[in-house]
Amino acid sequence: MTTRPAGRRSLHLAAAVDLPDTYEAEPYERAVRLAEHGALDFVTLHDSFAAPGPDGLAVLSRLAPRTTRIGLVPTVTTTHTEPFHVQAAVATLDWVSRGRAGWRPDVSTGAAEARLFGRRDPADPAALWEEAGDVVDAARKLWDSWEDDAEIRDVATGRFVDRDRLHHVDHEGPTFSVRGPSIVPRPPQGHPVVVVDAGSPHAAEAAARHADVALVAEAEPDRLAAARTALRRRAAELGRDPDALRVLAALRIDLSAGERAARPGHGGGPLPTEDGPLYRGGPVDLADLIADRHRDGAADGFHLTPLDPRRDLERLVNATVPLLQHRGLFRTFYPGSTLREHLGLARPVNQYATAGERR
Amino acid sequence: MTSTSSDETPRQVHLAAHFPGVNNTTVWADPRSRSQIDFTSFEHLARTAERGLFDFFFLAEGLRLREHKGRIHDLDVVGRPESITVLNALAAVTDRLGLAATVNATFNEPYETARRFATLDHLSRGRAAWNVVTSSDAFTGENFRRGGFLDRADRYTRAAEFVDVARQVWDAGAERAFRHAGQHFTVEGDLGPARPPQGHPVVIQAGDSDEGREFAASAADVIFTRHGTLEAGRAFSADVKGRLARYGRAQGDLKIMPGVTFVLGDTAEEAQEKAAEIRRQQVSPQNALLTLEQVWGVDLSAYDPDGPLPDIDPVPGTGLSQGRTHRGDVFELAEKWRALSRDKGLSIRQTVIETTRRQSFIGTPAAVAAEIDTFVQAGAADGFILVPHLTPGGLDEFVDQVVPLLQERGVFRTEYTGTTLRSHLGLPVPAPCHERIPTA
Repeated sequence: MTTRPAGRRSLHLAAAVDLPDTYEAEPYERAVRLAEHGALDFVTLHDSFAAPGPDGLAVLSRLAPRTTRIGLVPTVTTTHTEPFHVQAAVATLDWVSRGRAGWRPDVSTGAAEARLFGRRDPADPAALWEEAGDVVDAARKLWDSWEDDAEIRDVATGRFVDRDRLHHVDHEGPTFSVRGPSIVPRPPQGHPVVVVDAGSPHAAEAAARHADVALVAEAEPDRLAAARTALRRRAAELGRDPDALRVLAALRIDLSAGERAARPGHGGGPLPTEDGPLYRGGPVDLADLIADRHRDGAADGFHLTPLDPRRDLERLVNATVPLLQHRGLFRTFYPGSTLREHLGLARPVNQYATAGERR
Repeated sequence: MTSTSSDETPRQVHLAAHFPGVNNTTVWADPRSRSQIDFTSFEHLARTAERGLFDFFFLAEGLRLREHKGRIHDLDVVGRPESITVLNALAAVTDRLGLAATVNATFNEPYETARRFATLDHLSRGRAAWNVVTSSDAFTGENFRRGGFLDRADRYTRAAEFVDVARQVWDAGAERAFRHAGQHFTVEGDLGPARPPQGHPVVIQAGDSDEGREFAASAADVIFTRHGTLEAGRAFSADVKGRLARYGRAQGDLKIMPGVTFVLGDTAEEAQEKAAEIRRQQVSPQNALLTLEQVWGVDLSAYDPDGPLPDIDPVPGTGLSQGRTHRGDVFELAEKWRALSRDKGLSIRQTVIETTRRQSFIGTPAAVAAEIDTFVQAGAADGFILVPHLTPGGLDEFVDQVVPLLQERGVFRTEYTGTTLRSHLGLPVPAPCHERIPTA
């Protein structure tokens, strides 16, 4: 067990490693290895067809063999892609990283993105988030379409798989249907971790319904706590265990201000900006802020987006994290090897295995 | 090279490795057989191919599990990762090896596919290849939004247009707009992903049909084919390369690389014995009956695989087996197989072993090296895509024993001279289309 005081929930930390316009692997590798050095739960890499930059899932796959413990969570949009391909790619990221994959589903609302595909007209966010949730639901079915022990290699009968442990999912949604099973065997984590940015009401509903981790961009402690409570309540209403949903505060960080913030303490805390709350100050005060919010139970942890990727991630890992570790609030090593283990989330039970009669 | 008597350098052999995963030649019952899904297996085979200075590593694609009699086929290796994702991970553990992924042009969209291959090319510093395949299969379509069925001719027009749009995206790079309005796609954007290091990732085309050959002559850098003999190979090569001129392309612009299996032994007899044993493992009694059912179109489970062929006639078009079907006249095929069985006194299993044989190099390392060299010098192929029968160690012997002999013959590189797949294959980096000088 970790050294955290009894009764206190684990603190979870994640960071974005977005490097605009960077196509080579090496700068990403430096950032992700740095985050792993800080024992962070996971890194995210944003992706959108509308913006320049490489395919995010590809970049994190490229880094999987260069890292050993840190979770890898790319954004993969669901509006113009094929759900069958998306679930296969995310499951494969889990295979190549040996159980460290996550997936941040997102939608494409723009006309420019629609024109890149020329396949469907732009739609409103409510419909697209509904569809995104449906894609996650189909993906979970496809991840379960192979039971963990479907591969039997039974030389006596000549059977490589037990076909009774493979399942057609027959998912029928308003915009797509999938027959299944997946071509990819069930990934190491059972289901890679689904991280939803709960920034709009539609996205928040999808998060409560489908996410393992929800990101909430609220600057005020009371509003952050209220958002967490609302997400957990909604998850419970939907029949989920609210303790199986981690809520992380999304915070942009600018750590250019020396050891401590210019203002003593963190005063009014992060400033609300158009792109979400922004913390501007020093790494020591950031540690204070994280500790306070976590003690108050306002969030299960933080997802931090460095304003300057090179400078701020380095200060986060080399100054803020050691302070949190020193106070016994954050792990000093990874006790487990999968992203689910870092997050304290159980490996999901296969939805088909429980239904079928095992011979 | 100084070993040749003339001043002509012998034609150089190109080699690639096909990962032996889901494939009816992969022997999973062998005690040395390991996981077809764990990354360690991919890493072992790719590192071995790179140690052998191969041009590229090749992954096939699966979009739906095969079914037979309405149930999932359970006799061969099933289950594989998504190709491009695995290759991106392999880019981290290899330096020079080309990385080829099969991606279907029927169930994907050109912009997304172009962007994914551009990314693989960037992350591998110029080692990406795309094996373009098509499908006319409504069965597979049930996994996709489009869910569509394209007839045989349409799927090649779609594929050609698909590749054309992808090249426009690559050429546009992060600076230019692109716009395409055609029969299958209407696509436009203000900019694309940054132009890939190879300009265009290498395009591979698989297939021997007339439409496939024409598509390869117009659009592919490598054609992945199968043909059994030196004569058939030369005829194929002459036909395909003869089509290049009408697209303004030179003979060297398209490399012909048949897929082949191989079996090595210390003596010719030992190699033949090993090959026969491998064939028995590939064609189990259950697999022999299943192969026959795919031709006959009826349930033959009551037949003895070690007994004679059924004397009943095939029932074509039953949809008995999906995900792989026999084309052509099944009556003719059944009669041919029955005649073979009668003439040679072969059982069902022996007949299937005999008739489903594919191009294979069997012999001592020296004999195999000589045969490969002969094919290439005769112009029957530019090289081969090797299909080992074991995961992941199936390439080890070839790299340790045959590659050095090809090097001694002066027909295979002794080190990589370039860093990109195009340079391994001797293919130029294409100029962006907006910089090409218009002809006439």
